[in-house]
Amino acid sequence: MEIYLDNSATTRVDPEVLELMRKVMDEDYGNAASLHRKGSEAEKYTKTAKEQIASTLKCEPKNIFFTSGGTESNNWAIRGAAEANRRMGMHLVTTSIEHPSVKNTMRYLEEQGYEVTWLPADSNGIVSVSDLRNALRPDTILVSVMHVNNEIGSVQPIEEIGEMLRRERPEILFHVDAIQSYGKYRIYPKRMNIDLLSVSGHKLHGPKGIGFLYIADRVKIKPLIYGGGQQKGYRSGTENVPGEAGLGLAAGKLYAHFDENIEKLYSLKARLTEGLQTIEGTKINGKTGRDSAPQILSCSFRDVRSEVLLHALEDRGIYVSSGSACASSHPSEISTLLSIGLTKEEQEGTIRFSLSVNSTEEEIDRTLHALKEILPVLRRFTRR
Amino acid sequence: MKYHAFLIKYSEIAIKGNNRKYFEDALVKQIRFHLRKVEGDFTVKKTQGRIYVECSGAYDQEDVIEELQHVFGILWICPVLRVEDKGFKDLSEQVIRYVDATCPDRNLSFKVECRRSRKDYELNSQEMNAELGHDILQAFPEMRVDVHHPDMLLRVEVREDFINIYSGEIRGPGGMPLGSSGKAMLLLSGGIDSPVAGYMISRRGVFIDAVYFHAPPYTSDRAKQKVVDLAKIISRYTGPIRLHVINFTDIQLAIYEKCPHDELTIIMRRYMMKIAEHIARENECECLVTGESIGQVASQTMQSLLCTNSVCMLPVYRPLIAFDKNDIVEISEKIGTFETSILPYEDCCTIFVAKHPVTKPRLSAIEKSEENLKDVIPELLQEAIESDEVILCQ
Repeated sequence: MEIYLDNSATTRVDPEVLELMRKVMDEDYGNAASLHRKGSEAEKYTKTAKEQIASTLKCEPKNIFFTSGGTESNNWAIRGAAEANRRMGMHLVTTSIEHPSVKNTMRYLEEQGYEVTWLPADSNGIVSVSDLRNALRPDTILVSVMHVNNEIGSVQPIEEIGEMLRRERPEILFHVDAIQSYGKYRIYPKRMNIDLLSVSGHKLHGPKGIGFLYIADRVKIKPLIYGGGQQKGYRSGTENVPGEAGLGLAAGKLYAHFDENIEKLYSLKARLTEGLQTIEGTKINGKTGRDSAPQILSCSFRDVRSEVLLHALEDRGIYVSSGSACASSHPSEISTLLSIGLTKEEQEGTIRFSLSVNSTEEEIDRTLHALKEILPVLRRFTRR
Repeated sequence: MKYHAFLIKYSEIAIKGNNRKYFEDALVKQIRFHLRKVEGDFTVKKTQGRIYVECSGAYDQEDVIEELQHVFGILWICPVLRVEDKGFKDLSEQVIRYVDATCPDRNLSFKVECRRSRKDYELNSQEMNAELGHDILQAFPEMRVDVHHPDMLLRVEVREDFINIYSGEIRGPGGMPLGSSGKAMLLLSGGIDSPVAGYMISRRGVFIDAVYFHAPPYTSDRAKQKVVDLAKIISRYTGPIRLHVINFTDIQLAIYEKCPHDELTIIMRRYMMKIAEHIARENECECLVTGESIGQVASQTMQSLLCTNSVCMLPVYRPLIAFDKNDIVEISEKIGTFETSILPYEDCCTIFVAKHPVTKPRLSAIEKSEENLKDVIPELLQEAIESDEVILCQ
């Protein structure tokens, strides 16, 4: 039996999504830009997908731009906004717990002469709104904060940040990396004062190679990719029609059963949390329960190396992820685990479990059972 | 310029006396085997102490040369222009066309060296040298003759059915043709050294099989895949490699629990050698090969090597024993294993490495420590040998 608890890495494609994509590739394979009927049929899928997504965000379809995925969305949002608004200032604010696709784009901009303020997170992996407010300068043009952290599932106060920016500095653009949170939270960019929002398709039972960037009307942004002028010239390249159709359907499905999905995830997570707490030498990282994301649980195991534990679980068909542990002096290279104050040993013994709506109680119980068997064996052979 | 054939030069085979035919046949067989992978029709012929690869149909010269550079036993590869004998005047024109196409920079010295195996040709070799040299100078006045150290040595050979024109030589890998020297069992890890050791021993005409020790869950599937990838890379030279994957976890854990920690690596290596020897004998290998180099790490000091060496009866060949690390790296870059070797999948095994391992172990002390294992080790060794999973890498 396969137990897949690595849904923050990627998810299994929903069967209906798969079928729709098969149909698009096999029957409605036209280029959305073609003038003939095949083209207009393909364009319909693109349009429907934008409508499906827009309705989950309570925005207009015209604000949705498809990309190749989360990394491109983050790159484009930050680089495109920074470059288009350069004359207004060259200061950016972000946090030290962002995904590498944000961190490394920020580093690139640092090399280009921009200044970046890297906000710290507290021991629960949460950034403070007042720290952020204090970091703002007259030449600040963009604030970029992730919604749900990918390593420990901590949730950033994006609503409060949006509110604070609206009140005090409405001209500053606000980008949110929602790659781990879209489908798990109700996100309404207009109400929350979010100008740019990044989402990836394969984290929500959609296909890989597709994502989108929400861009508010007021945002001045430069394209990242130039070419034939597709998507109003903002993002050239032949439209990935099957991917877009798949993403639209996957998003629509998630939000159609939103409340029951979230309840289910929290209840599974609570079961896993309680089970882990009964095992000796475990430490749950960050907040628990409803104060953290419904699908991510990070746990440090004493006297075990996460890679070894991961492979031992893999032998039993259980797939999880190891917490990253790479440390250096630059804030962009410090992992979330280090920045929330975990020791080196704790970081090296950290496993991330991430659930999906397809996970079951039985899978959780089997995983806990496997851990209880494996851990004593592995701990007998710890490094002396 | 399109060549019609490649003249293959080999060095050591030529001095093997009565065995020469045997070595040449092995080389011809290997060349044929390698060229099966290249698009085109090739005939490999052995004539008068030479090997020619004759090409016909559509083929890419670069592909042929690259493939030939993977055939052990080849010292030089000479692309040859073959012309029919239509009289000396025509030959002279062909030679000038050849020089025109192969020497874009005419500011060079040259020498013409002609040979005749057909003694009834209209000119003798000396006359040909002089006439062709004269004709080339007439055609390209910038060129000059230097019979001692020419930039270009132009060879013209009048054979029974055709005339060969060639000048450039491309270096082959050297060594001896595969299949001329038996079979070895290589201890292959994911590191830089062992693939190079396998390449070097194979270069002496030796077929190789390999053994890899896998320790799940302490080492991952990716670490194993890396070893398979390395075996595939060197198999371009060595021919197909049967990789034996042995599950070593339980032996490692037993050593870890029962033996002094600073002797861990030595004892581990001794059991690896024992298992490798067993697998080698079962597969008709005549020796073991390792990538060890004196003093590189604690387990490769003279004293450590003595301890690991003393567990097996088969000879253990260590082609890198006196090499510096940077020399080994250089070869690994040349044969294309370096980038794979440095992929970082090995470190999950680090709990089995002592912080301060012994560097001068005494054999008697090691043997005494191994006494602690005597109740469990025969069974564990048997289980490890039975875990043998064979992966064909080619």
